[in-house]
Amino acid sequence: MSTPAGATTRPLAVGDTRTRRLHGCGAWLAAVVVVLLLPHVIRTPVAVPVMNQMGIAIVFALSYNMLLGQGGMLSFGHAVYFGLGGFVAAHALNQAGHGAWWLPLPLVPLVGGLGGLVFAALFGSFSTVRAGTVFAMISLGIAELMAASSLIFNKFFGGEEGITANRTKAPVVFGLSFTTDREVYYLIVAWALAATALMYAFSRTPVGRMANAVRDNPERAEFVGYSARWIRYVTFSAAGFFAGVAGGLFAANYEILTAENMGLNASGGVLLMTYIGGIGYFMGPVVGAIVFTFLQSMLSDYTDVWLLYLGIVFLATVLFVPMGLTGILVMHGAAWRARRLGRLAGPYVVTALAVAVAALGIVGLVEMLHVLVSAPPSRSTRRLFWALVNVRTIAPWILFSAIAAAGALGLRWTLPRAAAAFADASRPGPAQ
Amino acid sequence: MLELVVFSLLNGLVFGLLLFMLSSGLTLIFGMMGVLNFAHAGFYMLGAYLGFSVTQQVGFGTALVVVPVVVGLLGALVERQGLRRVHRFGHVAELIFTFGVAVLITEIVQFAWGRPAKRVEIPAFLDFPLFRLFNASFPAYKAFMLAVSVAMFVFLFVILTRTRAGLIIQASLTHPGMVAMLGHNVPRVFMIVFGIGCALAGLAGVIAGPVLGTFPGMAQVLGSIVFVVIVIGGLGSLGGALLASILIGIVQTIAVALDVSIGGALASMGIGLGAGGLLHELGSVTVAQIAPILPYIMLVVILIVRPTGLFGTRET
Amino acid sequence: MTPAIELEGVHKHFGATPIIRGVDLVIEAGTRQALIGPNGAGKSTLFNLITGRYPVSRGRVRVKGEDVTGRRPYEINRRGLSRSFQVTNIFPRLSVFENVRCAILWSLGHGYAFWRFVHRDREVQRRTETVLEELNLSARRDVPAGMLSYAEQRALEIGITIAGGADVILLDEPTSGMSRSETEQVVQLIRQVTAGRTLLMVEHDMSVVFDLADRIAVLVYGQLIAHDTPERIRGNAAVQEAYLGVAAHA
Repeated sequence: MSTPAGATTRPLAVGDTRTRRLHGCGAWLAAVVVVLLLPHVIRTPVAVPVMNQMGIAIVFALSYNMLLGQGGMLSFGHAVYFGLGGFVAAHALNQAGHGAWWLPLPLVPLVGGLGGLVFAALFGSFSTVRAGTVFAMISLGIAELMAASSLIFNKFFGGEEGITANRTKAPVVFGLSFTTDREVYYLIVAWALAATALMYAFSRTPVGRMANAVRDNPERAEFVGYSARWIRYVTFSAAGFFAGVAGGLFAANYEILTAENMGLNASGGVLLMTYIGGIGYFMGPVVGAIVFTFLQSMLSDYTDVWLLYLGIVFLATVLFVPMGLTGILVMHGAAWRARRLGRLAGPYVVTALAVAVAALGIVGLVEMLHVLVSAPPSRSTRRLFWALVNVRTIAPWILFSAIAAAGALGLRWTLPRAAAAFADASRPGPAQ
Repeated sequence: MLELVVFSLLNGLVFGLLLFMLSSGLTLIFGMMGVLNFAHAGFYMLGAYLGFSVTQQVGFGTALVVVPVVVGLLGALVERQGLRRVHRFGHVAELIFTFGVAVLITEIVQFAWGRPAKRVEIPAFLDFPLFRLFNASFPAYKAFMLAVSVAMFVFLFVILTRTRAGLIIQASLTHPGMVAMLGHNVPRVFMIVFGIGCALAGLAGVIAGPVLGTFPGMAQVLGSIVFVVIVIGGLGSLGGALLASILIGIVQTIAVALDVSIGGALASMGIGLGAGGLLHELGSVTVAQIAPILPYIMLVVILIVRPTGLFGTRET
Repeated sequence: MTPAIELEGVHKHFGATPIIRGVDLVIEAGTRQALIGPNGAGKSTLFNLITGRYPVSRGRVRVKGEDVTGRRPYEINRRGLSRSFQVTNIFPRLSVFENVRCAILWSLGHGYAFWRFVHRDREVQRRTETVLEELNLSARRDVPAGMLSYAEQRALEIGITIAGGADVILLDEPTSGMSRSETEQVVQLIRQVTAGRTLLMVEHDMSVVFDLADRIAVLVYGQLIAHDTPERIRGNAAVQEAYLGVAAHA
């Protein structure tokens, strides 16, 4: 996976250091403003819960990229620290509700983070000895161990029902009792911004920079005085802390934790979203988390097989676009600097149209096939693209096949032209 | 008691050899290409589901022959179009790719066959008790599974050691560059090995479907255990995979059969664990509950202590 | 003055094959020395033993008077010994600037800190820029190291080796694969950066060896057959025999 140098620390940087810093601060400020205003702009009732989910996913995915993108460590069990952090936070919240100690809700994610940190430090002591495939396998083993342990330690994991908490029972500060989704939204936003800033800062510290070096060439790092194992261990523990923070936010938001939250599916999900977003860029996981959560919450209303589509997208990303969505954006940096981005609009719009048509056809076929193979013989219609379609007649099949074919042909025509336009726009030299 | 032990051993052997059918392909693929095929158990699942459909439409015998071929071809296709492309990006990229394939296979299976488990009937001509020992009978189907697994091991062994193709494969295991220099089409060798590995997984699926269940989670359940097997046995070692499969198969089966709690066992030895508290909770755990964890504890321990496994020659 | 490097009865075998068969070598501090020998003599292996990449099978290794036998590479590096590699061993995805900076971090005491920023440290900044100047790579500072030309990468390789301020420097075939003019430039660079320090290099290019080295050690089949000034090595019969395979006339 070839990525530009230093890409994990510079989100989308152009120009010299001073303008870069100004642009960077400006971007942060803009992001903060946008995020604060969002619930007032988008007023649909489902918006805030989805945005809460996005916020949690952002923190989780960023913590995962500390391992994968920055440290080169592929983990199949990162959700363990997310879940364990969440369980610790849930228990702490419950105890606070009973008056055992003073723990207002805003501090709960910190408790989750500490929980994640403790367990990451514990398991990391032996998992980080080696990187690569061995590390991946150990992470898998630990995930399975935790899944099995959840059935044994019933007091901590709550057995099959999990552990529930009540955030409104926590001590009140600043008059905030967190009864509404919107109040929780601002809590999540505050923590997400803080966590993002901290993780970005971490990548600029000696450990963070050496993590990149160890990822690229662990042996050489040893010969410049650093123990690759220690670098991996510190990175792993830090990633566990932030995963725990995400877990704590989860506990505060959903007020329930189950063993599923620690499981392989959750770990797989964070891998998917981080990779799609782009592991070579700091903001990659943010993009991936937003897109993934959006698709997950929106698509599942319209189709049963949204995970199939996601799987296809993921595989396509791995094969054809390994730099991820953010990578695609950054690829256009040259064109932007040369102020030739505008001329890409035409070819790109046409390509997007072709893609949309092809997707329409394919999705139609897939959905109809799904009804055909899985629905009982009595059921033959499905609501597809605002029309009622009878899957047992031949007409819609021909129609959607034709649409898919038309889209494919269109792509065949526009894709080379779009690629040529991109190459032309990106070439070095003055704007013409 | 003796009956329990004997039947546990026998069942353990059957399960172990089934694990071997799965892990042999995986360890070969890893040994040769350095790729841990996360999707391997997915091909197993595909084999089970295809076996279900073919058995329903045509018959078990046909399924036994046709399904492994189909799955093998699919595997070869995945290698040729997918794995080969990501190979140059490194091991991490390959792992992520095979992970993606695993996800996709799971989704496709659920898409095509639905979520509820499928009931695959044991073919009538194999559905009889083979022999009776003490009070219980040993089904002929399990003996059939044993026979197929053993036959497959012999088949692999003969191919690898006695045929020219097998020698080329063995050489590619350790010196792919040299083998390529000698004029052999190493990428094609890789594709063939990958395809055969997947075909074996598919065959295991057809055979195990009736016994172990055919449901969308079967890949995940067995997948992790298979990793444990090949890590313990040694990545790239067929003999190690065989030994580790049998070992884990027997340990799992015996542990599940023992419905004794640790606390009970300790108590019978005169050691008491205080009532209430963490130790007591630990003590009330039965061996059967621990059984699923044992392989993973072994996995982690071996990865730390001896990453090349018992007989393996390479770790990554 | 304590010798920079001392090897005492060092043996190394891989499995049953002996590669280094009893080497006793003393490298004085402040000298520039070369390690030469026919292919397969074990020169790179000796380097790997000194720097901790491989453990010795028998014998002791001392760096600046301290016994470092069996120590990990980073422990030896922290004691002031640094090495380059024959096959370029850089951080391909990091920029040239970051490559050099990584080599400086430990020597300036940053350790595993996660509470301060690397780019705020002026000393780190200054030292990195100085090294880049010496390497003539300042203009390429933001290029990913994997995209440099071969000669630039070899220069960077040396840069990473000396950036940390080690006073014992081991260079493994620094001019391999280079043209005449590139070799000359690298020799200049080596002379510059190893001023006042101890240098031990493996080299096949005899002109470089005779140009730079104060003393030459000759390794043949894992044994040291000579360790002397260049003139005396030139006239040494055993050395001539090892290289030319004929009995030389005195």
